[in-house]
Amino acid sequence: MSTIEVKNITMNYGPVKALDDVSLIIEPNKIYGLLGRNGAGKTTLLNLITNKIFPTQGNVLIDGEGAFENDRALNKIFYMMEKNLYPEGMKVKEIYKWTREYYSLFDIEYAMALSEKFGLNVNKKIKSLSTGYTSIFKAIAALASNAEIILLDEPVLGLDANHRNMFYKELIANYSENPKTIIISTHLIEEVENVLEEVIIIKEGKLIEKRSVEELLNSAYVISGEADKADVYLKGRRYIGEEGLGKFKSATVIEDSSLKDEALAKELNLDFAKAELQKLFISLTNS
Amino acid sequence: MLLDFNSEKPIYLQLAEAIEDDILKGIFEEDTQVPSTTEISINLKINPATAGKGINLLVDEGILYKKRGVGMFVCNGAKETILKKRKEAFYNNFVLSLLEEASKLQISKEEIISMVERGQGR
Repeated sequence: MSTIEVKNITMNYGPVKALDDVSLIIEPNKIYGLLGRNGAGKTTLLNLITNKIFPTQGNVLIDGEGAFENDRALNKIFYMMEKNLYPEGMKVKEIYKWTREYYSLFDIEYAMALSEKFGLNVNKKIKSLSTGYTSIFKAIAALASNAEIILLDEPVLGLDANHRNMFYKELIANYSENPKTIIISTHLIEEVENVLEEVIIIKEGKLIEKRSVEELLNSAYVISGEADKADVYLKGRRYIGEEGLGKFKSATVIEDSSLKDEALAKELNLDFAKAELQKLFISLTNS
Repeated sequence: MLLDFNSEKPIYLQLAEAIEDDILKGIFEEDTQVPSTTEISINLKINPATAGKGINLLVDEGILYKKRGVGMFVCNGAKETILKKRKEAFYNNFVLSLLEEASKLQISKEEIISMVERGQGR
């Protein structure tokens, strides 16, 4: 059970503020989605949590201990990086063994079983793996690490639909069997939406949202129907993602879903639907 | 068990209703085991906390019960409990709005009854 505390982290790359006074607490045993547009600072945040880089200001605590230069704290975390830092000449199965040197709870048997499920040839060298299989190999290493916290940076990069489906199922199975903190940084929001318990959204280096998915989705709703009538409903309300097709119109209203005016919608013959995380994300991070 | 991820209803409620439907249909019989939270969340690719919330709702309502170390089971009398609950919802969601609309259209009680009979005769 490890809690990560990010305290007032600022990260400057020369004149560029990659992260600007970010503070957040990652509670144990939840699945988080770390969302942000390209260059928002997602990978910088993961690199800081795992001590790959040092912040300009602020610090990261893991169970109250500083993460910087602290092997005990860092061994609680397994970081699946988007970049490949493994020795390229090594075979997959050799890396599994090698990883156990650092993560004593690493489950080689489970890693081998998952490799077989995904059709990953463990006798292949890392450098000869395709983009998809490199992702699969790294994801398997993360799942088998048995670390208390696993950070997955773009875990499904290059995976086909079938393998993505398998990956999410294995992730949930792994989490159910051995609850742990999982942070997934991804661009494929739609397919991960129901897997996540909480989302962390960063925009231009600033934390703009940290909430449960349920709460976030309840903070908006979709209305649709005949365009003229939809306009009547939307008047005076804040909304985003307006879409039209002929006389039909739909929009996402930014208002707590408990506040929706059912009587008015009925009168105007409009339908309600649930807001989509993807659309909310686009509106929150667009400016 | 299929969920509609575009529906307005929260996933955990949909899950609870889907299990209830399966109990009504006899897919899950009383005193038999239902899939575990883990099986459900893996199968539907939903967060285990969400699945757990749906299951707990049914436990609180006396529809499912937990056998320690074994799993979740359908309560004796669950079908009856669900029917009673659904009938109440039917009254609230359909009958009341039917009466409201009928009064707007000046439809009498007798006319409603004859319409119901006409519908049943189809």
